[in-house]
Amino acid sequence: MNATAASTAAPFTTIVGLEVHVQLQTLTKLFCGCSTKFGAPPNTQVCPTCLGLPGSLPVMNRHAFELALKAALALNCRIAGFTKWDRKNYFYPDLPKGYQISQFDLPFSADGFLEVVDPKGAFSRRVDIVRVHLEEDAGKSMHDEAAGTADTRIDLNRAGTPLCEIVTQPDLRSPQEARAWLNELKLLLEYLGVSDCNMQEGSLRVDANVNLHIPQPDGRIAKTPIVEIKNVNSFRSVERALVYETARQWEEWQATKAEMGKTPKQTRGWDDPAGVTRAQRHKEESSDYRYFPEPDLVPVTVSEQQLAEVRSRMGEPPTILRKTLADRWKISPYDADVLVNQGRELVAYFEDLATALGDGKVASNWMQQDVLRTLNERGGTIGEFPVRPAALADLIGRVSKGDFDTSRGREIFAEVLASGRPVADVVASLGIAAVGDDELTALCRELLAENPKIVADVKGGKEQAAAGLIGQAKKKNPNVNPGKVRAMCIDLIRAM
Amino acid sequence: MQPAELSAIDLVNAVRQGDLSAVQCTEAFLGRIEALDGAINAFLKVDREGALRTAAGIDERRKAGKPIGALAGLPVAVKDVLCTADLPTTCASKMLEHFRPPYDADTVRRLREADAVIVGKTNMDEFAMGGSNENSAFGPVKNPWDLTRAPGGSSGGSAACVAADMAPVAIGSDTGGSIRQPAGLCGITGLKPTYGRVSRRGLIAFASSLDQIGPMARSAADCALIMETIAGHDPGDSTSLAADVPRYTELLEQPLTGVRIGRVAEHYAEGLDPEVAKGVDEAFAVFKAAGATIHDVELPHAKYGVPTYYLIAPCEASSNLARYDGAHYGHRTALKNTGGFESPLVEMYCRSRAEGFGPEVKRRIMLGTYALSAGYYDAYYAKALKVRRLIRQDYLDAFKHVDLIGGPVSATPAFKLGEKTGDPLAMYLVDLYTVATNLAGVGGISFPCGFTKSGLPLGFQLQAPPLAEPLLLRATDRFQRLTDWHLRRPKKIV
Repeated sequence: MNATAASTAAPFTTIVGLEVHVQLQTLTKLFCGCSTKFGAPPNTQVCPTCLGLPGSLPVMNRHAFELALKAALALNCRIAGFTKWDRKNYFYPDLPKGYQISQFDLPFSADGFLEVVDPKGAFSRRVDIVRVHLEEDAGKSMHDEAAGTADTRIDLNRAGTPLCEIVTQPDLRSPQEARAWLNELKLLLEYLGVSDCNMQEGSLRVDANVNLHIPQPDGRIAKTPIVEIKNVNSFRSVERALVYETARQWEEWQATKAEMGKTPKQTRGWDDPAGVTRAQRHKEESSDYRYFPEPDLVPVTVSEQQLAEVRSRMGEPPTILRKTLADRWKISPYDADVLVNQGRELVAYFEDLATALGDGKVASNWMQQDVLRTLNERGGTIGEFPVRPAALADLIGRVSKGDFDTSRGREIFAEVLASGRPVADVVASLGIAAVGDDELTALCRELLAENPKIVADVKGGKEQAAAGLIGQAKKKNPNVNPGKVRAMCIDLIRAM
Repeated sequence: MQPAELSAIDLVNAVRQGDLSAVQCTEAFLGRIEALDGAINAFLKVDREGALRTAAGIDERRKAGKPIGALAGLPVAVKDVLCTADLPTTCASKMLEHFRPPYDADTVRRLREADAVIVGKTNMDEFAMGGSNENSAFGPVKNPWDLTRAPGGSSGGSAACVAADMAPVAIGSDTGGSIRQPAGLCGITGLKPTYGRVSRRGLIAFASSLDQIGPMARSAADCALIMETIAGHDPGDSTSLAADVPRYTELLEQPLTGVRIGRVAEHYAEGLDPEVAKGVDEAFAVFKAAGATIHDVELPHAKYGVPTYYLIAPCEASSNLARYDGAHYGHRTALKNTGGFESPLVEMYCRSRAEGFGPEVKRRIMLGTYALSAGYYDAYYAKALKVRRLIRQDYLDAFKHVDLIGGPVSATPAFKLGEKTGDPLAMYLVDLYTVATNLAGVGGISFPCGFTKSGLPLGFQLQAPPLAEPLLLRATDRFQRLTDWHLRRPKKIV
């Protein structure tokens, strides 16, 4: 069935809340000095502390705490002056201490929000944030069931990596909004340098809670049981899973009329290839984590001065930057949105280019039509893009001066990109040289002499007939500016 | 004089001056261990070879005129709850029977850097849980004063080895009295420093907010010597105190004139053995004679100390001991697929823990798990935390009026092995006078103040405000200048 169609047509509201885990971009783990680098051979980035060996003790990584503060401030959260650590107790082989150091009743921040506005105006949504807290990651279990031995291999390289948990209120109203909001969150965290948000490497993980609010004939709102969806590893999957789950809940509602509270909250795993959610065991949900204050760590106090320092190093978040960019460079909000959504590095590239050209509009056009398109084709980041802003400004400047036209400019751009040579070199090697006025006059006279019919047509008032001369002019000298050829030919004919 | 009869301070001086080689010194104590420990069982591991090698290295350096450390050549026995990279570290548990840590505890590192000679690892109650040393998976320790009696616990091996002159000093750990109570029952001196004074890094946790490492020796002066090495800030322990470390041995001279010692009426409540009460009274008289004044003080919440302790300590223990699950190190069951378990993983967990832990450890894990569970947390753990704050406040208030608080260290002298093993509650009460010190996070010291008619040592305890170890040591040292209880030795052990 077409679930999207169902959700827009159906008489219910989709209610979505998200729980996002983000790995912080620190060099070392949250409570020890081990590297957090992704991809090392298993169990090579470990020490007694993150292995949970007897007698080992945690020591808080100040940098991780500051990154977390940055994220919470940018999410408009209230920062607690006093926060503590708690132990969340459960047994699992990738949790070597038998507990995770987390934050329970006194998270370091709470009560924030992040707004997402659809650039095409489809929606604008402020999502309240319940809390943001800091905790350590567990290791990774790799179940080797295919081999028939049912062995599980444990890699503890990830154990102890700092994680920020961000919990939203159920403020999102559609799968599309959820995806857009996640994109906005990711963008924000990347701008802040808080996380690389790489979902493939697990540095950003999402669980989505969803149910439906269904107005009843008697005016009451029926609420379907909340389902938590796990195992979603891309934003696209989040959207697909929510679309699927919305439709599933609607069908289930029609069949059972089961409401929230009467059945326990259910956890369902997203099966991406199959495109379905599947119920997980109930047992895991009823866990009693026996939280209590972590006695190996001292509480953390945060001063106003410390917050001011973090704020001063925060830079402009995307929401603000979209506006400043549009105002500063006189570009449309839509264009500013496109640029900002590409990340901080691309914005810096754009601003360098615009500054060199002294023209934001032209810079923006080239960014959108040429740089972004090429970047999409080539892959890689703007930082790795071989044509730097100064070179591109040089090229665009020559087009503006009329040395050659835009299409010739694009050819040069492609060649600069391919060869990595300076613009001037490429211009010279392609035999592109500015055509002097005398040279142009001589060329035009030659053309007119060769095309008496066109001359007659123009004389008869059909100026558009001059277009027939452009192609011939280009053959004689590829460097001529078509506009100039046209104008000069018309002038010469009139003077005849 | 035989090396075993010298104080730690005299031994260090003798080695420094070349009157005694480190090897001779070490051999003397190793000889005592060989002769006596078969009967006492104070050691879980004796490192004869390693100790003699270390000692020989020190002698070589001394002869070559190279610098040697503050404890050069001094044999030290270390409770088997502290990690040693070159020796097994078992916590007297089957769970860690074959465990060898990849690193030294901060205290062990400091001892080695000071050129102390680690002669072995001492027996204890499993994971430091117990007050008699009968909870060791490797057999109980016998009290050198009467081999049919318990040495106390949990640092029973450390106390017994000093009492029997098998080591001049030992390192213990004290969570609710585990240094002071066995020191009292074995007639030696044991200091439980202020929480955070000695790094807990490498101390295998029982109850993290209460655990503290301290020295056990013949005298307060010897404890002072060891404290100069093991105390100090450790950036690797977030709860370690940053305060400077005083020269404890140089702060012993000042007389006790004007020092105010508090006496708590509740300490004389029902259950206090009359001989202990008499010894305690006589000790107060000695302090009075030394120029101190005695004052009645109140610790109104002290009576809740034992129940509070037996919630907080098991709660923390239930979490601290979760890591011993057979997955990564320690004991793992040999049994598989016996049926009746939710999954092979759960079976491995359950069987490994059931086989690896002794009954007292299991009892405390269950107590703690229960008290932290949803629906019980507020009534038990949260309430215990509140009472703990009241107990600490009691101490801080009392210390506005007195400099020290004195009293018995335990209600009775050493009891018979097996006497309390069938009654966990009776066993828990051996901590009656000691747990509040840990709950308050302050320091305490225990030392001999007499003997029963039958020849068993009697212990006296002093407690002091945070970081007042210099006063605890000075007062005890003064007492020991005026008495000779601490110099008495068991007559014939074997």
